[in-house]
Amino acid sequence: MTPLNRKLYRDLWRLRGQVLAIALVIASGIAVLAMSLTSMEALTETAIAYYERYRFGDVFASVERAPEYLADRVRKLPGVQAVDTRVVKSAVLDMEGFEEPVIGHLVSVPERRPPDLNQLALRSGRVPRLGYPDEAVLSEPFAEAHGLTLGGTFRAVLNGNWRKLTVVGIALSPEFVYTIGPGALMPDDKRFGIVWLGQEAMQAAFDLDGAFNTISLTLLRGVEPDLVIGRLDDMLGRYGGIGAYARKDQMSNWFLMNEIRQLESLAAILPTVFLAVAAFLTNMVLARLIQMERSEIGLLKAFGYRDRDIAWHYVKFVVGVAAVGIVLGWVAGYWFGLLNTRLYADFYRFPFLLFDPGPRSFLIAAGASLFAALAGTLGAVRAGVRITPAEAMRPPSPPMFRRTRFGRGRLFGALDQPTRILLRQIGRWPVRSALTSLGTAMAVAVLVSSLQWLDSIDHLVDVYFRQAQGQDITVGFANTRSGEVTRELARMPGVRTAESMRVVPAKMRFGSREERESLQGLPAVQELSHVYDASGRNLNLPPDGLVISTQLAGMLQVRPGDRITVEVLEGRRPTFEVPVVATFETYIGSPAYMDIRALNRLMHERDAVNSVHLRLDQNEQARFYRELKQVPQVSAVTLKQAAVDTFYDTLAQTLLIFIGFFVVFACTLAFGVTYNAARIALSERGRELATLRVLGFTRREISYILLGEIGFLTLVALPVGCVLGYGLGALILTAFKTELYRIPMAIQLETLGLAVLIILSATLFSAFLVRRRLDTLDLIAVLKTRE
Amino acid sequence: MPSQSAPPSPPLAALRTHNLTKVYHSGEVEVHALRGVSLELFPADLVVLLGPSGSGKSTLLNILGGLDSASGGEAWFQDLQLTGLDDRGLTEYRRNHVGFVFQFYNLIPSLTALENVALVTEIARQPMSPEEALRMVGLGERLHHFPAQLSGGEQQRVAIARAIAKRPGILLCDEPTGALDSRTGILVLEAIERIHAELGTTTVLITHNAVIADMTDRVLVMGDGHIIEERHNARRRRAAELSW
Repeated sequence: MTPLNRKLYRDLWRLRGQVLAIALVIASGIAVLAMSLTSMEALTETAIAYYERYRFGDVFASVERAPEYLADRVRKLPGVQAVDTRVVKSAVLDMEGFEEPVIGHLVSVPERRPPDLNQLALRSGRVPRLGYPDEAVLSEPFAEAHGLTLGGTFRAVLNGNWRKLTVVGIALSPEFVYTIGPGALMPDDKRFGIVWLGQEAMQAAFDLDGAFNTISLTLLRGVEPDLVIGRLDDMLGRYGGIGAYARKDQMSNWFLMNEIRQLESLAAILPTVFLAVAAFLTNMVLARLIQMERSEIGLLKAFGYRDRDIAWHYVKFVVGVAAVGIVLGWVAGYWFGLLNTRLYADFYRFPFLLFDPGPRSFLIAAGASLFAALAGTLGAVRAGVRITPAEAMRPPSPPMFRRTRFGRGRLFGALDQPTRILLRQIGRWPVRSALTSLGTAMAVAVLVSSLQWLDSIDHLVDVYFRQAQGQDITVGFANTRSGEVTRELARMPGVRTAESMRVVPAKMRFGSREERESLQGLPAVQELSHVYDASGRNLNLPPDGLVISTQLAGMLQVRPGDRITVEVLEGRRPTFEVPVVATFETYIGSPAYMDIRALNRLMHERDAVNSVHLRLDQNEQARFYRELKQVPQVSAVTLKQAAVDTFYDTLAQTLLIFIGFFVVFACTLAFGVTYNAARIALSERGRELATLRVLGFTRREISYILLGEIGFLTLVALPVGCVLGYGLGALILTAFKTELYRIPMAIQLETLGLAVLIILSATLFSAFLVRRRLDTLDLIAVLKTRE
Repeated sequence: MPSQSAPPSPPLAALRTHNLTKVYHSGEVEVHALRGVSLELFPADLVVLLGPSGSGKSTLLNILGGLDSASGGEAWFQDLQLTGLDDRGLTEYRRNHVGFVFQFYNLIPSLTALENVALVTEIARQPMSPEEALRMVGLGERLHHFPAQLSGGEQQRVAIARAIAKRPGILLCDEPTGALDSRTGILVLEAIERIHAELGTTTVLITHNAVIADMTDRVLVMGDGHIIEERHNARRRRAAELSW
């Protein structure tokens, strides 16, 4: 081994505390980056394999009723590879030991042969047999939630008739990787589940013999879905089609792809922060090392070593530091990625999980870290090797200090000498001091932006569930009913208030822009489900015209006063023009509202209702649920409290784990910055501090001088970090924004306080470690050495 | 019968050692830096410790200054036994009773001349004002200059002012002119001489420069960890008369 390499290893070992501190910062950045990239890779590959293996459709469409022979005509459309027709319906289920009504999404599966598309991944059992209409296959999460196994039974209302169904199979499906019930925000496996029944059995039960109401297609390779969708819509229009959509808009796939997109954002934002700080820290350590070794550099040059030999030696030092961080980061990133992907696999319900990350993700992460570390230190290396041998072997000129105006002022004059040393040290190197403070501020920012999620979720739930929604339960019907159904429900035991709603699927157009969105008719003055602006006010609906969310207004590029064209996709399918009267801010979806009477008028219907909001007497709930199960044609039941609980339960699982990790990462960042700053200060000013000890200063007094500087910079960093955290949090939330939900920015003071406390603890710990070194200052060496 | 008064009690030594030893362990090697040193230094003494490199003079200074602890024997400052003190005790001793002057000045670069002296007066019990201390060394006009703006001699004089501003019982100077040319060194010695005359501080100077020994009362020559010779100068030469 060459002497220089030996020196390299000894230097790395001697500075192992600082090397480890920087390596941990690098490792944090790599862990987040590798986690995101490997999770993305796993999810994408798993989804692709899953969709391919089980022949997930490319295009989907619903109709009211279409004859089977239509499928042959669809099959002949250019670009179509395969076609599959099904019957899909909703039904109320009665599960034993569960008093609340449960909604089942019934999907037909052929009894005589496997389905051509959207095949089932059977986890146990088999599909229903021909001639056994009461055999059912359940989705696995639903079966698990209710403790149902093969042979278990439950009851369902099929087209108004109670039937007892027997579980013969438990399955997963690429169509239902992520299942949320109508009106829900999160999967609720207890209250919504997928039930597969025999096709001929369902056709018989719902009077659809020889017919279907759902069709899926796969396309030939390279065919764009839009080309087929237009033709398909033309064909299905007369059968009550409400518009075909491609796989990318299929609910389950949309959620999955959106998750992958959010991982991309995470991969871009957070690791950048860590690697930028690591670059700064590496620069600080290397610059100090080069400065301390000036005379050795001069000696090497005098012996004939070239600039590039010396530069390469210090570059290897940086590579060494980065290498430690990369190895730690790879291990953490792999483990973190595996944990994350397992969480996803449970949440998204895949029958298998392809977690076999290739080297690509890790190489990208390593490359980014190495680049950051080298970019941060090249300047120091270049400056170090440029010194001539003679200059390098002379002692460096002492740092120049000046008396500033502040330094001559009365305030400064009132300060004791140790405090003056501290403040002048900060002022002498303003860039370094600012960057040290900024590094700690970034740690605070990372922590604030992670912890703030809990506050934001609380605020979202408060606004969306508690303030906007006064109802306890929303009951939806398969078909439009007359307003009498509201009055009937109002008379049921335990019902205190009932409010009608009419929801119609529609296409809304303004200029060249078109969006598919449900148009919701509500009373002008709502008692239960309010048209609620997130700023905290209820809106009354005008007698004519629309009140739409700002999200929808943005998508259509409309403002209040503009007139938009609405094409309703059910019933008589009228098309009409209505003005946008007002817009409002909401966090969920992109809703559009209208006075229910105006909507009924435009639909040429009298008093039509297809959903009812209800407020219940809590003491009579059980009785109400029992009666509700008897109400015909109920296709959706949404319980507000259950929705809130599921929301929290689902998020709590994943959020708390992630917040825990980010607390660790932020502490690593804070520790790395303060530990290195303190160690370098000690190295630069050890002689000065030893002199003070000789003069009679106690350990505590010199600790104040050394650590007071770090303390001051940390205190400055705290409020800056809170502000940066707000910005970083807003940036991350913007990256997570989707059409379906926008998480509002909210931070409680307690959250800021907690973040500050955590970072202060991390910096105190690093200060404690450095403080111990003050005890070993060599007071005697100080008398004899120059520097 | 004529009255007989009791004989006057001997003056209390400012610094006293008895059979002081110091052994350093360097790996498996034992270095006997002091091999039983006994001495007494009285108030207002001006003493030079002379000797070649490795003679033990710095080790002795370190123990007398409370920077190091002895391996054996005793050391006393007045009635305070130094060899029994822990780290806190030694710090207190240095803080209240000892002034140090180093070869390389050891000024705090981020403090002005005045502030470097105030550094010590702020923690002293009965200090003189920093301005007065700096005037005593002839630097009354350079109060607000930083070390980088002062010459070597001026820096050393600031260091002397810093050392005596607390009115210490002992002033220990380790090679105070070692980093200076002879002309500047003489200026520094003159400052030490002046202060010794005005304050009467017990002063110990370490040097390997035998010429400097002529300006003191006593010269303790050290060699191989012992005091091998003690000389008294019949006449102290003034610092201005020295040349090397």
